[in-house]
Amino acid sequence: MRYIEHDNVVRRMNGRNLVNKLFKSIFLLATLSALLALVILLYQIVSQGVNHLSFDFLVNYASRFPEQAGIKAALVGSIWLMLVVAPTSIILGVGSAIYLEEYAGKNRITTFIQMNISNLAGVPSVVFGLLGLTIFVRALALGNSVLAAGFTMSLLILPVIIVASQEAIRSVPGELRDASYGMGATKWQTIVKIILPAAIPGILTGSILALSRAIGETAPLIVVGIPVIIQFLPKGVMDTFTALPMQIYDWSSRPQPEFQQVAAAGIIVLMVVLLLMNSVAVIIRNKFEKRY
Amino acid sequence: MSTTNTIYNNGKTAELVKDDSTSSASKSVYDTQQLNLWYGDNHALKNIDLDIKQNEVTAIIGPSGCGKSTYLKTLNRMVELVPSVKTSGQILYRGRNIFDKDYGVEELRTRVGMVFQKPNPFPKSIYDNIAYGPRIHGIKNKKILDEIVEKSLRGAAIWDEVKDRLHENAYSVSGGQQQRICIARALAIEPDVILMDEPTSALDPISTLKIEELVQELKKDYSIIIVTHNMQQAARISDKTAFFLNGEVIEYDKTDTIFSNPSDKRTEDYISGRFG
Repeated sequence: MRYIEHDNVVRRMNGRNLVNKLFKSIFLLATLSALLALVILLYQIVSQGVNHLSFDFLVNYASRFPEQAGIKAALVGSIWLMLVVAPTSIILGVGSAIYLEEYAGKNRITTFIQMNISNLAGVPSVVFGLLGLTIFVRALALGNSVLAAGFTMSLLILPVIIVASQEAIRSVPGELRDASYGMGATKWQTIVKIILPAAIPGILTGSILALSRAIGETAPLIVVGIPVIIQFLPKGVMDTFTALPMQIYDWSSRPQPEFQQVAAAGIIVLMVVLLLMNSVAVIIRNKFEKRY
Repeated sequence: MSTTNTIYNNGKTAELVKDDSTSSASKSVYDTQQLNLWYGDNHALKNIDLDIKQNEVTAIIGPSGCGKSTYLKTLNRMVELVPSVKTSGQILYRGRNIFDKDYGVEELRTRVGMVFQKPNPFPKSIYDNIAYGPRIHGIKNKKILDEIVEKSLRGAAIWDEVKDRLHENAYSVSGGQQQRICIARALAIEPDVILMDEPTSALDPISTLKIEELVQELKKDYSIIIVTHNMQQAARISDKTAFFLNGEVIEYDKTDTIFSNPSDKRTEDYISGRFG
């Protein structure tokens, strides 16, 4: 007795192949629609902004005259912001990830912490802005400084860095840990000499992607009270500043149509910065992966 | 950690300090007394009594899940990396209970090297793999490290094959060579005992043969405890064999006796291939 009728299989094959092709097309269409949206966005921005892009645009301060408006304060401000956010968030994030993955036991408290880190990643950025306003700007009296905004941004991206680092640490093969412990290495020696070197590509990639999110965030900066028009550069972390997305937001909300072009030029600068950061992430990942 | 460092003679040429290297081979290395172990509610080892002798190869055989690997990992307390492990009873290593509160696991593992089932070199150069153990125990002198690396690789019978490529990645050599590098890495901490957890199960027959020959060579200086699925291997290389079944030691005797004249019916059934 045979259960598979060969003739039936052949007869139904055409229909099965057709369904296969249909779904392939649907998925291709889904991919293309995302790509299409990106192309339209890029086209619109580049066509609007490219005329305004010039070296002067990079070295001029903001101005009420669109033809003189430049992005210097915002660009330098964003770099200052990153100088605070990067060390703060990476040190805290990687530290938390090491603790949770390597030291903490698996009990109710750590499960609770873990769950809330994931929840934290989903909290809207405005809420982090309010937190920063309450704690850093007011309670700690840091004012609307680079430091206050940087700490706020660090909190915002911390959960992303923790989760990415945890995954990188978790993906280090258990046999390497066994080998290290088996020779009498302490936990710390194993972490520093075996686990972190193997996990660093993943940690850095995750961290830089999180940082590129921070450089594009506007809402927390608005809530923290970062000004838009500034005619000087911050000299230290206690000075106030403005950042790229703030400046772009301000330009795009102005009534004069010329400012739309200025905003588009600002967006191009922001996207170039993002692209540079992502390239650094890719380069770092490739460089470290080659070693192993 | 101070006791750990005494295995190296104040930074001079490293030499193994054995507790009692002059006594006959009948001296105990490990004396297990009434050992019980649970993974959560699973009673994995039941009332184990085993007396393991110095400079012998002790094979542990038994079907999958019988607790033989668990027992091996208990000997250097690697089993404690699994959460929810509980033990009772004691294991005396050179007369001292390894479960004592003041017995540091790092200290124990410096005396007891381990070789794992799958070759697991670190993603570093061959040299750095071997030097890893000495380095974590505080050896920084380049000359001493060089000596330890050469001595360990020679000890694991792989020096001639890798001496010209010490600074290449350890993954660039074959699986069998990787496993001997792992043995060399274990030798580099100058252990007293070497635990081997199915060290040839991932290797081809020729590499297996090389490692079996190596084990014979190593037992002159070390005591070796080897878990194996391969009964011919146990018969070929071991002096004593323990047969584990369902977490119990069914029979423990000279290997010749176990394989020619076992006293327990279950041992006979297992070695003759009737189950397991």
